[in-house]
Amino acid sequence: MSLSRREFLKSSAAASAAAAIGMSVPAELEAAANTAEGGWRWDKAACRFCGTGCGIMMATKNGKIVAVKGDPAAPVNRGLNCIKGYFNAKIMYGADRLTKPLLRVDANGNFDKKGKFSEVSWERAFDEMELNIKKALKVSGPEGVGVFASGQYTIMEGYAAQKVMKAGFRSNAIDPNARHCMASAVVGFYQTFGVDEPSGCYDDIELTDTVVSWGSNMAEMHPILWSRVTDRKLSDPERVKVISIQTYTHRTSDLADTEIIFSPNTDTALWNYVAREIVMRDDAEKIIDWNFVKKHMIFAAGPVNIGYGMRRNTDKSIKEGKYTDLEMETISKEMKTTVSAKEGPALEPFGYKEGDTMTHKGGTLGHWEISFEEYKKSLEPYTLDYTAKIVKGDPDESIESFKKKLQELANLYIEKDRKVVSFWTMGMNQHTRGTWTNTLAYNVHFMLNKQARPGSGAFSLTGQPSACGTAREVGTFTHRLPADMMVKNPKHRAIAEKKWMIPAGTLNGVGKQHIMKIHRDIEDGLIKFAWVNVCNPYQDSASATHWIKAAREMDNFIVTSDGYPGISAKVSDLILPTAMIYEKWGAYGNAERRTQHWRQQVLPVGDSMSDTWQWMELSKRFKISEVWGAYAPSGPRKKALPDVLEKAYAMGYNKDTTLFEVLFANKVATTYKLDQKDPIQTGYDNSEGYGDSRNVVGSDGKVFNGYGFFIQKYLWEEYAAFTRGHGHDLAPFNMYHKVRGLKWPVVDGKETAWRFNAKYDPYAAKATNNGETGEFAFYGTLAKALQSGTLGGKDKSSKKVSLKNKAKIFARPYMDPPEMPDAKYDTWLCTGRVLEHWHSGTMTMRVPELFRAVPEALCYMHPEDAKKKGLKQGGLAWVESRRGKVKARVETRGRNRPARGLVFVPWFDEKVFINKVCLDATCPMSKQTDFKKCAVKIYKA
Amino acid sequence: MISDRRKFILNTARAVGITAIGGFVWSAYVEEAIASPLTLRPPGALVEDDFLKACIKCGLCVEACPYDTLLLSKPGDNKPLGTPYFVPRDIPCYMCPDIPCVPVCPTGALDESSVTTDGELDINIAEMGVAVVDAHSCIAFWGIQCDACYRACPLLGEAIKIEYSQNKRTGKHAYRIPVIDADACTGCGLCEKACVTEKAAVAILPTQVALGKVGDYYIKGWDKEDEKRLENAHEIKSTTDISKRSAMDSLNDSEDLY
Repeated sequence: MSLSRREFLKSSAAASAAAAIGMSVPAELEAAANTAEGGWRWDKAACRFCGTGCGIMMATKNGKIVAVKGDPAAPVNRGLNCIKGYFNAKIMYGADRLTKPLLRVDANGNFDKKGKFSEVSWERAFDEMELNIKKALKVSGPEGVGVFASGQYTIMEGYAAQKVMKAGFRSNAIDPNARHCMASAVVGFYQTFGVDEPSGCYDDIELTDTVVSWGSNMAEMHPILWSRVTDRKLSDPERVKVISIQTYTHRTSDLADTEIIFSPNTDTALWNYVAREIVMRDDAEKIIDWNFVKKHMIFAAGPVNIGYGMRRNTDKSIKEGKYTDLEMETISKEMKTTVSAKEGPALEPFGYKEGDTMTHKGGTLGHWEISFEEYKKSLEPYTLDYTAKIVKGDPDESIESFKKKLQELANLYIEKDRKVVSFWTMGMNQHTRGTWTNTLAYNVHFMLNKQARPGSGAFSLTGQPSACGTAREVGTFTHRLPADMMVKNPKHRAIAEKKWMIPAGTLNGVGKQHIMKIHRDIEDGLIKFAWVNVCNPYQDSASATHWIKAAREMDNFIVTSDGYPGISAKVSDLILPTAMIYEKWGAYGNAERRTQHWRQQVLPVGDSMSDTWQWMELSKRFKISEVWGAYAPSGPRKKALPDVLEKAYAMGYNKDTTLFEVLFANKVATTYKLDQKDPIQTGYDNSEGYGDSRNVVGSDGKVFNGYGFFIQKYLWEEYAAFTRGHGHDLAPFNMYHKVRGLKWPVVDGKETAWRFNAKYDPYAAKATNNGETGEFAFYGTLAKALQSGTLGGKDKSSKKVSLKNKAKIFARPYMDPPEMPDAKYDTWLCTGRVLEHWHSGTMTMRVPELFRAVPEALCYMHPEDAKKKGLKQGGLAWVESRRGKVKARVETRGRNRPARGLVFVPWFDEKVFINKVCLDATCPMSKQTDFKKCAVKIYKA
Repeated sequence: MISDRRKFILNTARAVGITAIGGFVWSAYVEEAIASPLTLRPPGALVEDDFLKACIKCGLCVEACPYDTLLLSKPGDNKPLGTPYFVPRDIPCYMCPDIPCVPVCPTGALDESSVTTDGELDINIAEMGVAVVDAHSCIAFWGIQCDACYRACPLLGEAIKIEYSQNKRTGKHAYRIPVIDADACTGCGLCEKACVTEKAAVAILPTQVALGKVGDYYIKGWDKEDEKRLENAHEIKSTTDISKRSAMDSLNDSEDLY
């Protein structure tokens, strides 16, 4: 097709304009916009990096990506990017990109755990994986096969991985790195709303009067959103207030009217203080919207002696003495603590006082309904005096000035007609009471009826580009199935089994192997095979030395699929060169429920193949008769898994049917045709579909010529079918290729900006008879029938009451984290990120400009602390905890400015391996690691 | 930020310098003996002419630098031979609070008193140069959320500030533009090192080259601090083309009047 320049301009303008307002563009015009420019081709994609979800356009020339631009039609960023996004064109072309499978071998070429890496064929790589998975299944059952999954998976590859693991191997030991970044937010959502993900969207920024950032350095971690907050502030500097609530001063405070520096973990107390102001002043000032609260809310409580998500005395590795006495000083708190003076008053309403021994049981999600009076009782301790005393984080700030700030904060929330958005990320989520803190945020917004309204709401931001889209929505968590379904729920398993065309009873109902448990199960010898997908768990997990040692020294087989040689690859036995983001068809889902698709832009580098391909090829190696027999109890599963082969044969499968035939190349999949006349596909590669000009020799020793059907579309549509009709509705595959993303639920082609609000959300409209029976419906279904009780416990004789369409306000106290500074380890360590680098730096440390800008991780500390410890600005220091130490350069100036008593060290730098120092305590409910708090000593190196 | 006009002049100066050197390759050593106005010197360096007179090219400052920032000029560097200098894009000055390079100077070419406040060494008052932002290539001016220079600045918020303005094109984002405060900027060059553009959009120029100077005959009426400049004010006597002849001569010269 030839288009004149004028026609081209017209068609591309129409395409952008149409996309900007979310309408679909005639296919012909869309295709024209993609091909008309000479020499290079522009096509839309999503940014590789954070959860903001900026739209970009990629320029491809001679089969390589040569440039990127912000997509002016993308509603999130309107053509702008941050400097990570600015370098999207460079991330796939680092000089040390992995190009061939690599296996550790001895001199004879046989696998040797102690051997050096050597190039092997894809066939050999799959031979080794097959062998070791079969070995693991035999020794430990399905629980012996683990996957470190990712919030950076494309939606399709996450779905493919979940199918092979859960439906094929019947293993739920698949859990994403997203566990580390937003699991507390997820459990907060489930506990409060009965369903995952935010009620609001980014438009809240333009509509609000107040932005409160709780434990979130948005200025560096979500720069495009922060730029929108900045614009909102500039648009009305007097009216719009920005409050920055952090444990150390960072760049988000630049814009803030008020900065509140709090002592680590006491944000729970701060939320409760705001709630107390609301409740205690209500009689006089009529603050609470009682109509709303009575109609839509109930009050709830749960146990407080739930531990800190660390290992327990009964764990094999503890019994075997793999933890030092120093480590055990902290780990012992998992079983028992003494209530401290700091937490004593907060725990009194729950029946504990200072000096009491608290015996902890492993975390539970259980909770029960309580009365408003009970809830009020839980808030009583949080007077201004008590709160200020325990919360104030800067020893050099006066208590009076601090109290004023707390009052100001409460007043801003309370002020009638003032809209408020509370944003948070890792600070609130990476917290041994992270789930609690998340629920406390909703409490405040709910009582004021400032939730799920345009411009008002508590809004959990996500870190990863598809933590929402893949990890949460697809359900690549150990306990989840697609679209908010749970492996524990037999009805949900039945729905998935039917959709996946597998026998009833195939799916394993025990999903307890979360990502830290996978590490621990490897150390305990339960997991014998683990596969790393799109993440770097051997760098990103706390107490890292344990996991590396377990991987390198024990009898197991670790595989890493990656584009670059990071720490996880180095720790592995087998490395698979893997196609990176724009080398495959894909989709991501961002923090405002926006799903965005892209096409394969270029062929992968070297012999790299996509994760989807790797999973599909692996699935060819397993016959159902090898995986669907009976399994004895194993690990967390106390019951046998049934033999489902007879049922499988009744379904028409035979003993030689492979998982590939069941899960991928089935009769539904093959109806999704590859078709170069389809405008979505015209002119684009599909390495899985067709193979490609590289003629990569595949898993059977022959050139891979493609599956012959449109696998990505099949995976998408099968997955999306789970979501439709349940408030999670995703649009058809083709629609996403015509627009700049859509916020689910997408009903009748229309996206949803505010959930639960009958004006905007068709599901809430339906539940309220179009608003006639109320403005809101919190229609999530999880834990929506509760027994009742008091703060002290559940009344076991009480009856379960349905809470249909209601949400919950939780009574939850301040508690200390398990490790705090003391005489020996006198300083808090907080870890985090810098704008210039993404996660463990495998991509951004290979972009010369970003590497030059920030070549190493620094230890940010207060100049007086440095002086006291005899440390020089720019000099090297050891940062040492009970678990390990790293050397880092001292920085007393610059972007991060902690108060005395705390240091901040980012974790992107594999040479400053700070996760060797961090503690693997987690929120016992969400299992999310607290990377923000442990005790260290710092001394001259 | 330096105005476009001044940048133009600077660029011209740079170009002239390069041409001059290129034209006299045979006499490079001779040329190199002459002060180069674009050379960045260690903290505390005297003004260039005085520095060259005082520096005995001993290399002690170079040896004292823990970051290998300082170099001694070699033939071909187009700088007076043997004198210390640094190239911030390669290795900037990390602004050590104990300034190890200065007290070791045996001649006072690096003047300790110029980096001393109340009897203590104070690197924050060093004047090695000043950062200049090129608004055309700085991507913050496009609306990209960068600020890499700001975050790299040891005196962040003082030497580099961020100026916010609304991005009318997108209607919902803000520009975050780095602005240099020449008074606070020491010229350490950490910003130039960190800049993510292909050639740095923020660069350090020696202070005397980069900065202008306003006359002391006008004081900002709205700024009490500015009164300080009055201390330098002196008797004003000015001559222009029209005033160079005496009044009498002008008055008596009516040649072209009608």
